[in-house]
Amino acid sequence: MSNIKETFLNPIFKGNPISVLVLGICSSLAVTVQLKGAFVMGLSVIIVTGISSLICSLLRNTIPNRIRIIVQLVVVAMMVILVDQVLKAYAYSVSKTLSVYIGLIITNCIVMGRIEAFALGNKPFASLMDGLGNGLGYAMILVIVAFFRELLGSGTLFGFQVIPQTVYDFGYMNNGLMILPPMALILLGCIIWVQRSIQKDLQEK
Amino acid sequence: MNTNSNTYTVIYSIILVVIVAAVLAFAAMFLKPTQDANVKKDTIGQILTAATVQGEDILGTYQKEIEAAILVDMNGNKVGDLDIASCEVYDNAALKRQIAAEQKALPVYIFKNGITVVPCYGAGLWGPIWGYVGLEGDLKTIKAVCFGHKGETPGLGAKISDEPSFAEAFVGQQVGSGDILFEVAKPANRETEKNGVDAISGATITSQALGKTLNQWFGFYQNYLAKNVEPVNTVEE
Repeated sequence: MSNIKETFLNPIFKGNPISVLVLGICSSLAVTVQLKGAFVMGLSVIIVTGISSLICSLLRNTIPNRIRIIVQLVVVAMMVILVDQVLKAYAYSVSKTLSVYIGLIITNCIVMGRIEAFALGNKPFASLMDGLGNGLGYAMILVIVAFFRELLGSGTLFGFQVIPQTVYDFGYMNNGLMILPPMALILLGCIIWVQRSIQKDLQEK
Repeated sequence: MNTNSNTYTVIYSIILVVIVAAVLAFAAMFLKPTQDANVKKDTIGQILTAATVQGEDILGTYQKEIEAAILVDMNGNKVGDLDIASCEVYDNAALKRQIAAEQKALPVYIFKNGITVVPCYGAGLWGPIWGYVGLEGDLKTIKAVCFGHKGETPGLGAKISDEPSFAEAFVGQQVGSGDILFEVAKPANRETEKNGVDAISGATITSQALGKTLNQWFGFYQNYLAKNVEPVNTVEE
């Protein structure tokens, strides 16, 4: 049981897919302007990685080896389309903000990477946990980056004004650069920096 | 069982694909009505923005504030009505059909606050762009606009919908007459003075496309706008 717990918790910090494995960078740059978008994107990826890993793990003994990548792709694509359709039906405004990026979860290396590396060789429950854990690790970084970008870039959190008007009256200004993609990369760099200072074993000699 | 034989591989892939297709088809059918309702709500929201009408409940506000929603042809004659009770509006697909149609039926939304909203739809750089223009009582001066796009470049062409200052630039501009009805270009490149706004730097093609689209659709409505400056068909309640 402790093994399962380890499988779930490891990708959240110690083996984080973004900050340690450096996978799924592109979407984390694109959808972190606002917390709301990052939150929904994170949730979508958690669902997709979790359930695709589960399905692939259930099928792992039946999948013909030569077409296993195609089978994985079909399963992931199905999940992504389902998530996209559900968002369009029940969270239209968010789905409009995220536009193509939901569809692009399919190309997110985390999903395929975890299926290929973990789900095909492990039991369904462990695979589900691994998928959920990796999705959660991804979502966490997304939310952290989005928190700083929205706070410093727009002075809001989840769309609510948190920096009071009086501060603006004293001459404070929103940092326009925060809204542009390069700042996401720089923030991400800072997160990786912090993590590497804490986790000494990640540092190259 | 040999999972690596050709027969197994072929049968496996066929079964998998059929199952996945069935799941997706079912999901699409099941969610379609909700999705369509969302698209409609979004369209009406854009019309309300162009009419400078605000409200929490989009459909309710539309029903309350609309005076008349009619269809007109190229000559400016009324050819039909849009049902207000069911919030019937022309979506993008319907607008697209009108461009090529021989007998056009163009929607006009007249609001109780005196603003007339007309739509436009055309090709941008990467995909379709569309918009709603709210005109004041003189049917010439622009009161507000709301543009949308499918996939213009974020930070550049996408500014037509998400840059407030671009929409604000339209306010007070006028729909011209003659060949050039509206221009989206820098002042030095504009033929007219009152009938245009600045283009977005870095988004030349989107800006030009928007100018072309606006020109085309103002052209469609030209006769209607000229005829109805004095609102003669006001419905008495």
